[in-house]
Amino acid sequence: MSDTSNAPAAITLIEAITQALAYEMRNDESVVVLGEDVGVNGGVFRATAGLHATFGSQRVLDTPLDETTIAGLTVGMASQGMKPVAEAQFDGFMYPMVDFIVCHAARMRYRTRGRLHCPMVLRVPWGGGIRAPEHHSEANESIFTNVPGLRVVLPSSPARAYGLLLAAIRDPDPVIFFEPKRIYRQYKEVVPDDGEALPLDVCYVLRDGSDVTLVTWGAQVKETLEAAEKLAEDGISTEVIDVATLRPLDFATIAESVSKTGRCVIVHEAPKTAGFGAEIAARLAEESMYDLVAPVQRVTGYDTHIPLFRLEMKYLPSVEKIVAAVKRTLAAS
Amino acid sequence: MTVAAQFEIEYLQYLGPDGKLAGKLPPAVADAKALLPRFKQMLFVRTFDTKSIALQRTGKLGTYAACLGHEATHVGIGASMRPEDVFAPSYREYGAQFMRGVKPREVLMYWGGDERGNDFEGPKNDYPWCVPIATQCLLAAGAALAFKLRKEDRIAVSCCGDGGSSKTDFYAALNSAGAYTLPLVLCVINNGWAISVPRSAQTGAKTLAQKGIAGGLHCLQVDGNDLIAVLEGMRRAVERARSGEGGSVIEFMTYRLHDHTTADDARRYRGEQEVKDAWERDPMTRLRTYLTSQKAWDEAQEKVWLEECGKLVDVEINAYLETPVQPVEAMFDHLYADPPPDLLEQRAAAIALEKRA
Repeated sequence: MSDTSNAPAAITLIEAITQALAYEMRNDESVVVLGEDVGVNGGVFRATAGLHATFGSQRVLDTPLDETTIAGLTVGMASQGMKPVAEAQFDGFMYPMVDFIVCHAARMRYRTRGRLHCPMVLRVPWGGGIRAPEHHSEANESIFTNVPGLRVVLPSSPARAYGLLLAAIRDPDPVIFFEPKRIYRQYKEVVPDDGEALPLDVCYVLRDGSDVTLVTWGAQVKETLEAAEKLAEDGISTEVIDVATLRPLDFATIAESVSKTGRCVIVHEAPKTAGFGAEIAARLAEESMYDLVAPVQRVTGYDTHIPLFRLEMKYLPSVEKIVAAVKRTLAAS
Repeated sequence: MTVAAQFEIEYLQYLGPDGKLAGKLPPAVADAKALLPRFKQMLFVRTFDTKSIALQRTGKLGTYAACLGHEATHVGIGASMRPEDVFAPSYREYGAQFMRGVKPREVLMYWGGDERGNDFEGPKNDYPWCVPIATQCLLAAGAALAFKLRKEDRIAVSCCGDGGSSKTDFYAALNSAGAYTLPLVLCVINNGWAISVPRSAQTGAKTLAQKGIAGGLHCLQVDGNDLIAVLEGMRRAVERARSGEGGSVIEFMTYRLHDHTTADDARRYRGEQEVKDAWERDPMTRLRTYLTSQKAWDEAQEKVWLEECGKLVDVEINAYLETPVQPVEAMFDHLYADPPPDLLEQRAAAIALEKRA
């Protein structure tokens, strides 16, 4: 059977990343891609597949195998007018980059009073659940949400990955762009390659509901939507919000939803203590206390390191854990 | 024995501590008069440094990192660059920065606790002072990579100390300079001390220059108290960078005659005799002796120039002291090109608090 329509093919989240990179490299010649194995190999997850063949080694740079080097070169290039998109091969490899992210990228504009700035993106394959080796499965976003001057983005669908990555590259400030690797290939959707960016400061309401607000991001959007389906079978109506951009946080969308439902469950795979869910819960306590009819609940990773893969699915939030938390909020009032 | 590779480190010195020529002069400075503007700049830097320390001691400046003893190295580095190049300093290379158009008042603003000191009116693309040790070297490598990819005729120059050469960032910089053949000059200013830790405790390497060999760079050690050697060493490295031959590591042998900063007391960890001996190698004295011997300079000229320096520095100090503190909202400005609403709310609250006070 041949496809006779002109409609673009549906693509996965990782393909949407590639599509956005290629679009913006065509659109803006100051955009360069750099990282380990991003060149001829096309990236270990294939995010940069085909880019080297199309754009050449002046635009797609394999770096020496050193994360400090990637981060330092990226900040140096960005502060001299390029728009580098760097890849940290895995979340657990990005810690040597923190010095450059915190001490330089995040404050270049600030400390020079706007004379220099850092229009850069650091793409980070993020999170657990792919049966990877040690140090390949970290949900470390809250290390960066506490850093002024950064934007922290975590898309959860092919369309949002495309639109938010374009926005991240075009943003004049540094963006940490976490990519939920567990759902890189979860499903496909049609993402027109039209160069349309999405706003970098809004949450997305993925499902309307009236009883409980479920707030999540990244790969947990999958389990959260599944939990919402299951709860619907029991007649419980949940609203699901994909935060998408953690910093700056679009708290208004969350507050509005909670004003309607009176209940909130926050789902994330990072450890509980001082995870970004704590910030959302604190904001609810500060600004939405009188809308709440039940205590806010969090479904998160445990306060342990993510275990090696035989146990990792028991560490991560699950549909059952989310359903149980929702029922706790309903039982409370 | 089969030798896989062999290396040597050249040492450059033209002017000995006694101010006498130790070798044939490079053509560019064969005429002593050509050195005069550099020498005068060195005297200006020392005047500035002395007055800055006094400002700190009298409570008019925050912690200040003095550059006493480094004047030949700093001025020589600055004199070797073009305006369109990019300089990534650590935090005491004022001599180089003044030559690139950084204003003394900007140095004072920075150490006086005001970010506006980093907003250079002069070299718009130069990096500000860099406190996280040696990270500036890798920023400079990134800048050099940008120049190379854009095919611009520009180079990047960065400085770190002997302690800085121990850092991952320094090695990463020299390694990427080698891997990408970058137009980069890494200047290791070996002043003997990283706060209280002596050069001998930093590494087992015989020279710091040789670290560049590991990255495939051109390496050189020069007498950093000999302005002529500094200029010649920089000329070689800069020419290599401009002609596409790649990066260099130059180790400048000098001495930190002052404490690490005004918050330090070096008497706790180094002997008086060592400092006395170091004064014998002072870059200022030897160049003065040489220029005087060449009838290019004399005591009367120096007296007039130092008076002039004093006046120039005082103008800068007054400009610094008279600059009003930024309004409270300045701490919210320049964080994002497009500040998020939450931040603007905090800004408004800070302004309101200020008005009540």
